[in-house]
Amino acid sequence: MTTSFVIKGGKLPDGSQSDIAIAGGLISAIGSDLPVANATVIDGKDCVVLPGLVDLHTHLREPGKEDAETVLSGSQAGVRGGYVALSAMANTSPVADTAGVVEQVFRLGQSAGLLDVFPIGAVTQGLAGEELAEIGAMADSAARVRVFSDDGHCISDPLVMRRALEYVKKFDGVIAQHAQEPRLTQGSQMNEGIVSSQLGLKGWPAIAEEAIIARDVLLADHVQARLHICHLTTAGGVEIIRWAKQRGIQVTAEVTPHHLLLTDELARSYDPIYKVNPPLRTEADVMALREALADGTIDIVATDHAPHPAESKECEWQEASFGMIGLETALSIVTKTIFDTGLLTWSAIADRMSYAPARIGLYAEHGQEIRVGAPAHLTVMNPTKSIRVDRDLVSSRSRNTPFHGMELPGVVMATFFKGNLSYKAGA
Amino acid sequence: MRHLLSIADLSAAQAIQILDTAEELSRVSDGPMKKLPTLRGRTIVNLFAEDSTRTRISFEAAAKRLSADVINFSAKGSSVSKGESLKDTAQTLQAMGADAVIIRHSASGAAQRLADSQWMTGSVINAGDGTHEHPSQALLDAFTIRRNLAHGGSDLTGIHVAIVGDILHSRVARSNVLLLTKLGAQVTLVAPPTLLPTGVESWPVSVAYNFDDVIDKVDVVMMLRIQLERMSELFFPNAREYSHYFGLNRDRLKAMKPSAIVMHPGPMNRGLEITADSADSARSVILQQVTNGVTVRMAILYLLLAGSQEL
Repeated sequence: MTTSFVIKGGKLPDGSQSDIAIAGGLISAIGSDLPVANATVIDGKDCVVLPGLVDLHTHLREPGKEDAETVLSGSQAGVRGGYVALSAMANTSPVADTAGVVEQVFRLGQSAGLLDVFPIGAVTQGLAGEELAEIGAMADSAARVRVFSDDGHCISDPLVMRRALEYVKKFDGVIAQHAQEPRLTQGSQMNEGIVSSQLGLKGWPAIAEEAIIARDVLLADHVQARLHICHLTTAGGVEIIRWAKQRGIQVTAEVTPHHLLLTDELARSYDPIYKVNPPLRTEADVMALREALADGTIDIVATDHAPHPAESKECEWQEASFGMIGLETALSIVTKTIFDTGLLTWSAIADRMSYAPARIGLYAEHGQEIRVGAPAHLTVMNPTKSIRVDRDLVSSRSRNTPFHGMELPGVVMATFFKGNLSYKAGA
Repeated sequence: MRHLLSIADLSAAQAIQILDTAEELSRVSDGPMKKLPTLRGRTIVNLFAEDSTRTRISFEAAAKRLSADVINFSAKGSSVSKGESLKDTAQTLQAMGADAVIIRHSASGAAQRLADSQWMTGSVINAGDGTHEHPSQALLDAFTIRRNLAHGGSDLTGIHVAIVGDILHSRVARSNVLLLTKLGAQVTLVAPPTLLPTGVESWPVSVAYNFDDVIDKVDVVMMLRIQLERMSELFFPNAREYSHYFGLNRDRLKAMKPSAIVMHPGPMNRGLEITADSADSARSVILQQVTNGVTVRMAILYLLLAGSQEL
């Protein structure tokens, strides 16, 4: 088989320096001074080569909100951020609560062809939290859905949550919960605390997240099912997950890049670019989240990439939509907050951003260690370079990045998907 | 300073300058010729995206006494109520050449959004934004307190003010806490625990749940309007119980220090947070607040727009 690419001189996650050859969609050789005849050489100098990144929480907005994002533009943003798989949340229009919609999203991903798009199915019909969606049909569809979520809405009815957790056991599925007690967060605008009180913005208390997490880990324990907690944001939530894991409860949790870096102090500008659900919390929460990601209490980093058109953010705070984009900056934020701070090595970051999300989502072709014979899903990133984030230069269709103007470490130089160069910096 | 968005942006010296300027302007208002030519040819827009007759006409009177052209742009019957965005409204006002926009809006931070955006270049004056701030109200309150109790002093050192009622949702309370403490006053917030903001312990105030514990110790009792819809949001059981514990009535009026005064930003719910005899008593300076509102707002417009003095 002809070698198509050789990544020269990069470092593997374990710190060893090696060339990596790619042929026929697979990693064909790993070693020093690999021959490069007829192959395209990717300069890996100063770079770390990671297993291709997997995002378990992405809003691609298609069908229904194509002015904000499409499966294609979201895929382009994804490969630029080093991703080889995205998980498309169900809150599209129509909602992804039938086999028809998840298959449509799956096929849009395949025809874009830049990475794998795994649709997440809605747990309840229309995300209304009342009646179960056709979970079995979605699982059996061409999209083979294994992750179900009403993200954007909390499954607040404990009976609905219990039944959903039980039902997906049939195919080892997982329920990804958006933990937000609705009565405690009516009209909420930002983290409830000193800042919200000064700004006169209605608070979204940490307890509203923690109360649901506590209830759901107990439910997951009771029915012996898999639970995933989306976008954990509070120090108290970390404590509950830590306790649940010690008890052997099958719970996993994610943290977003923005919750690893930003705090509610940013709301003082009243600029809704910082409005997100769950909200930015305090410095103490940020530090607790970083440590929890480091010690494994939090399993993965997931972007919650949430594109919105300009008019949804160019307005008063309370009128604005919740959400921020994050695919293109996620690895840089992790480099800044987790690697540069010495909290995790690259091999552990490979776990949090590739192996573990693939394991939770049951994405068998993804999240494999870099070894000969594995599918060539690779992310080549230079942590010694930095980039100034410019919202006018993003690949996403939307510009709502809270990192605009920030100088961030870590530049994705190349992304390989199934052995093809799906992204190359400067190309 | 180009804008008046929050009391937090003012130094004590700047606040005192506004109060002193208002004193000077009040001498004009008391004279036979009420009108000054200072802002002739300047266009001031009253952008009221939320109902408020008193604040709007107070600013309008202030602007007219300074000879400015005033355009009233109120939510009812305007494009704001038809869903036009704040951005489009601001750009429209900019295109019409507004020198200043006085904005009242139900969204906290709306005035700051207007000032920080590139949507318009004129001055922005916050006439009340959501549950955030109402700086001109605090300035007129401080002016009224100073006139009545400061004995010629320039600030409010030594004066103890109780602010009573729905602190959580009150922009008047937020602005007054910032301003009165900046000017040296001692402030006690009196409210049921449900109507106090999270983190109030970090504010430069004391807090009391029992009105009767503070009524005989303060120089100023500032009552806040209570909105009856708070009842359905479970902040208190009913109007009767609220009045009983947090209303200003005849007994509490009698318990006040001889020199103490009663204030209310209006509009009052007579019989709910304040009884009629309290509102109309000799201690009440509520109508003085209305009169002083015009002069203090003249001072604000003068200092922001006349250009002769840097605020």
